[in-house]
Amino acid sequence: MHELSIVSSIVDTVTEKLEAYPGARVKEVRLRVGALAAVIEDSLQFCYGIATDDTPLQGSKLVVNIVPVLMHCDHCDEDVEIASLQSFRCPECDEPVSDLRQGRELEIESIEIDEVEEKV
Amino acid sequence: MTTRIVELRQGILKKNDELARALRGRFTDAGVLVLNLVSSPGTGKTAFLERTLRDLRESGAKVAALVGDLETDNDARRLAASGAPVRQINTHGICHLEAEMIGKHLEGWELADLDYLFIENVGNLVCPSSYDLGEKVRVALLSVTEGEDKPLKYPTLFNSADAAIITKIDIAEPCGFDRTTALKNINEIRPGIRIFETSAKTGAGMTEWLAYLAEEKSRRA
Ligand SMILES: [Zn+2]
Repeated sequence: MHELSIVSSIVDTVTEKLEAYPGARVKEVRLRVGALAAVIEDSLQFCYGIATDDTPLQGSKLVVNIVPVLMHCDHCDEDVEIASLQSFRCPECDEPVSDLRQGRELEIESIEIDEVEEKV
Repeated sequence: MTTRIVELRQGILKKNDELARALRGRFTDAGVLVLNLVSSPGTGKTAFLERTLRDLRESGAKVAALVGDLETDNDARRLAASGAPVRQINTHGICHLEAEMIGKHLEGWELADLDYLFIENVGNLVCPSSYDLGEKVRVALLSVTEGEDKPLKYPTLFNSADAAIITKIDIAEPCGFDRTTALKNINEIRPGIRIFETSAKTGAGMTEWLAYLAEEKSRRA
């Protein structure tokens, strides 16, 4: 299971980003995770609870948006979404597809924070 | 209090990806073909690699290997018997190799003196697929004892592989290995992938495998 390494890396990146917003509290961290990225959401959520303890991310919510796999079909000359990860074939023409265009993403899309308003 | 959305759009494994890119540049400059071998525990990856190192050395090629292991150095010792330089990467419980570990363990090796460098990843079919090690060729291994549906269960790995090796082909028959289904399943996940049916014991399939390596080396390294 490598979800713990992934979550630790999220904590590091977000903590670094927070330096620009002193005193801010993180409410939500939103990820883009490709369907072929080899991470399991349940494990991510589980590790997130542990790894964010005693960090500025403590108590925040992790939102995982799954990005579907897009393959380029040479036959149809367009990007197509495969129906299942067990069969890399074009849903239109049934030809095998091997040119991956999307689906391995593993990125932090955005964070939602509560900023402390400066006292005048 | 004001709520604000901060856009990041940053790859979580960015650090690893950057290190891997730098390694790939070094490997290309040195003209060494680097392969990353991934499989479940018990696939016979070490035996296959040992045979590959031995056969390549006999053919006059200069080879080396890095071996990832959770705790022990048994695999590295076995591989060193082939006469090739072998280094152990102890991951201390981490289930995959990362680019940083590769960089550290290359210190002192003259890459330009090598034709091939093999990286034996930790026995695991999930985690290694997320980590680029700077390799040119990713190899997924599957033994005849594991079941024909393994590629369907681990599409993330098989889809990212450049070549697939079926190991222990010498015991295919007693294991009731369904060759047609296995080949079909691998092709269903990774259409057009090169597949080699091998035995470290009898040497079956090694000629084709070595020819593929030479071809890849002249084409890509
Ligand atoms: Zn099509």
